[in-house]
Amino acid sequence: MSWTAVLLLAAGAYAFKVLGLVVLGGRALPPRVARCVALLPAALLPALIAVQTLTTEDRWVLDARAAGVAAAIIAAWRRAPFPIVIAVGALVTALVRAAG
Amino acid sequence: MPPDPPRPGRGDREPEGRGPQANDPGVTGPGASEPPPPHPVTASLVLGLAVGAFGISFGVLATSGGLSTAQACAMSLLVFTGASQFAAVAVVDAGGSTAAALGSALLLAARNGAYGLSLADVVRGRLATRLLAAQLVIDESTAMATAQRDPADQRRGFWVAGASVFVFWNLGTLLGALGGDAIGDPQRYGLDAAFPAGFVALVVPHLRSLDGRLAAAMGVALALVLVPVAPEGVPVLAASLAVLLGLRARPATGGER
Repeated sequence: MSWTAVLLLAAGAYAFKVLGLVVLGGRALPPRVARCVALLPAALLPALIAVQTLTTEDRWVLDARAAGVAAAIIAAWRRAPFPIVIAVGALVTALVRAAG
Repeated sequence: MPPDPPRPGRGDREPEGRGPQANDPGVTGPGASEPPPPHPVTASLVLGLAVGAFGISFGVLATSGGLSTAQACAMSLLVFTGASQFAAVAVVDAGGSTAAALGSALLLAARNGAYGLSLADVVRGRLATRLLAAQLVIDESTAMATAQRDPADQRRGFWVAGASVFVFWNLGTLLGALGGDAIGDPQRYGLDAAFPAGFVALVVPHLRSLDGRLAAAMGVALALVLVPVAPEGVPVLAASLAVLLGLRARPATGGER
């Protein structure tokens, strides 16, 4: 990979970040649009969780990660502190993976 | 910390009254009172450590895929979007063209634009500050900031998570690129599940409102349906279409139930 490619990628990645945060963001929005923008994390983060947990490349996969994240959901539901939720997720995944 | 009233974030979501929630069948969780969101500093350090392990992997993968140590480190400093970096290196390693590598990586980076939009009210101040902040707009900082109720905690969550991930990701990359593959495959420790697990804890506050739950359900469905047919990066990005449900008309009283 050339330096040009590295720098192009850096510029492109930064363009997305700055476009949302600085160029488009922070304007006064009509209430309905503001409601939509406020919902972005609620829509994107669970989708990210699902993709990171239940897929590999372009396939749906049910593997050790699903067990780990299911355990993490239970831990979060039981109001375990954040580090515990993460540890439970990783540990259960590792154990299921080692057993499988 | 000034004792501001609880506030879910920007926008005019429903008020988070404590009283009525006890009888609200839609509220998930074992009790009526809200648990405190994860502490921004502790949680960010924990996330940072997990990110560091993947930084090492990235450093190893990048240099074995033909990048120099300087290039690998420059990528982590300047691109600073883990999934994009892994994708770019994987495409090049598999013999793909530079254009293909850039295309895959940028598709994965596009969701940071959506994150930036939602963080615009959190990250304020001088233009120089916001231009610097923009580099830290990633999954982790967005999740940490928007999980917090209090505006000051949201700001702190953004900066601390962003800085923690930045430091550990770059340290990890340097170690990995220098050949310090001390820990081996992070998957052996289940660390690939650490991120979705951590995001689970950070997503809980978004699920308190009906709109939040609907957006989450639609986002998950859209993303999973698209995974087999769309290029990597598109499914999560497309999940943002779920926010259009915020356009629904609702009674002037502000209630939505």
